[in-house]
Amino acid sequence: MTTTLRTAMPAAVQVPKRSGLVRRQIATSCTYAALVVLAGLYILPFLIDVANSFKSEPDAAADPLGLIPATATSAAYQRLFQADFPNWFKNSVIITVTVTAGRVFFDCLAGYALARLSFTGRRVVFALLIAVMAVPNVVLLIPKFLVLNQLGMYDSYAGLIIPLLVDAAGVLIMKTFFESIPTAVEEAAKIDGAGTFRRFWSIVLPMSRPAVITIVILSFQASWNELSHFIVAAQDPELTPLTKGVAQLASGALSSGTQYPIKLAGAAVMTIPVAVLFFVFQRRIMNAAGGAVKE
Amino acid sequence: MATMLSHARRHRPFGRDAMAGWLFVLPVIIVLGLFLVLPVVMAAWVSVSDWTGRGSPFSSTVNFVGIDNYRDLLGEPGLAQRDFGTSIRNNVYYVLLVVPTQTAVALFLAVLVNKRIKSRGFFRTAFYFPSVTSSVAITVLFLFLFSASGAVNRMLSFIGLRGPNWFADPRGIIHIGLGWLGVDQPPAALTDGSLLGVNWWEWASGPSVAMCVFIVLAVFTTSGTFMLLFLSALQNIQAEIEEAAIVDGTTGWQRFRLITLPMLRPTIATVITLGLVGTWQVFDQIYTGTRGGPAKTTLTPAYQSYSASFLNQNWGQGAAIAFVLFAIIVVLTAVQRSLLRERDNDGKPGRVLSTLSFRRNAGGDS
Repeated sequence: MTTTLRTAMPAAVQVPKRSGLVRRQIATSCTYAALVVLAGLYILPFLIDVANSFKSEPDAAADPLGLIPATATSAAYQRLFQADFPNWFKNSVIITVTVTAGRVFFDCLAGYALARLSFTGRRVVFALLIAVMAVPNVVLLIPKFLVLNQLGMYDSYAGLIIPLLVDAAGVLIMKTFFESIPTAVEEAAKIDGAGTFRRFWSIVLPMSRPAVITIVILSFQASWNELSHFIVAAQDPELTPLTKGVAQLASGALSSGTQYPIKLAGAAVMTIPVAVLFFVFQRRIMNAAGGAVKE
Repeated sequence: MATMLSHARRHRPFGRDAMAGWLFVLPVIIVLGLFLVLPVVMAAWVSVSDWTGRGSPFSSTVNFVGIDNYRDLLGEPGLAQRDFGTSIRNNVYYVLLVVPTQTAVALFLAVLVNKRIKSRGFFRTAFYFPSVTSSVAITVLFLFLFSASGAVNRMLSFIGLRGPNWFADPRGIIHIGLGWLGVDQPPAALTDGSLLGVNWWEWASGPSVAMCVFIVLAVFTTSGTFMLLFLSALQNIQAEIEEAAIVDGTTGWQRFRLITLPMLRPTIATVITLGLVGTWQVFDQIYTGTRGGPAKTTLTPAYQSYSASFLNQNWGQGAAIAFVLFAIIVVLTAVQRSLLRERDNDGKPGRVLSTLSFRRNAGGDS
């Protein structure tokens, strides 16, 4: 690679040292300017959301851009928490915690089997997982309802949770990760007579913390933010999670007028848990995604 | 210790592995089978039946109607076909604008935050944050930002512009542009012919103003995720190569174009594939925001499939739409990947996976 570049590149573009320094400083300033403007574009909407959730409805309409409410009021939040909102929140918590725990366990198990254990049909299972990932979610909306109905799981927590309990992408992420761990680690344990599950549970899994945390983050986020499955899996208002509740709030099912402060308050509250998770694991997310290599 | 534990069983690890292997993948297979494979099979049946949503679709009162549901969508002039044509048109514009934009923006952001600068962690966080928030929350926020008296129109008023009532504006942007050029009557040639019940003039409308907001929303929420994919790829490109290029005295742009970009090609292919698959399924935003309005200009096949089944009890048609959509996604992805692979001259499979894997051996690929 290096040699081909040497021949392909004009070698005369060398610049004198000092002007190179100036140029680099200018370039850095431009980078910063671009970053600040872009970051503003990405952050401002969220600030506007929070600011307007503390305004009265006329205030929000009169001054939608103001980041400090003229007269701050928590009326929107009070109304929200007097309504079904706490129940929506509770449902989302139940679903998300169960789904995340299930996904971590089952994805890791299956990922390990596909990466390390030789069993007949492994290739078929792997091919099926890939095929399953290609099936668009929307194709499943209608018949998922059917299957749930047939199994008597419609309008129940089981129906909301179990179909989300595993995901093919998570299995494949774990498989890829396990494959990157040298087999030598396990060979030693194997010689010591450790069984398959013990090798998985006490040797490989502890070494896989970065990938497990990735699965935790992805699962938490996916189940907290899920909408379409909840639309088809239940109609009982008691079983409405946040996404469905706020979406119905947004399309005006429960309110008269625009009521933006209440809707924005709902959006803000439902963002908090993922935001907390995100900031807790922030370095992890960035490092992991940045390909933190151990060696 | 070692001698104590050495046991006859370890001499036949193959059999044990086989048992454990199946046990380990069993939960995944059961859940995916029950809630993914079985539903697809059921949907296939429903799409060729006249099931109305009552009772079991396998009961004797439900009739096989052959390809009727598909014909209503694709072949027979009528409301169903017109709506389907409209939703395809809307989604085509959505895909055409979102996929290139999100790829370019994500790559640009990744290059920026990959530089050795202070507080790049903060910037990465800022760009990634919209990707982790729920699409419902973001849609609610955008409903407010782009409302008639919302923040965006307020900003536009600062520079003397009067913004439209975004979410209520069904005008296509190409039609608006043509209007500015003085073309507000469609030429007869374009109104004569039609495809899927939508005439050529309507096909050429461009995305409606309302759809444009969803396009911005999609770029806003996906660019962070794809930025991380690009960032991971950028960091896997060995520093030595870049150093060698610096010694050779190339400019930053040359380095980017001649070294970085070609090495990123697999990642670009992945991002485009994921983008194509995702943009053809847009549902949450439509459900939360407009439910297909105004004047059906934000109707998408995904939402139409839902509304046909769950709201209009026309389950056969809803299932048929889902399968046509499935076919569109599969065909487009296959075409796109074979195109990019050809140019890449490297048919290595599993590229999506290798890009998705978060921990990669630095020199492992060469």
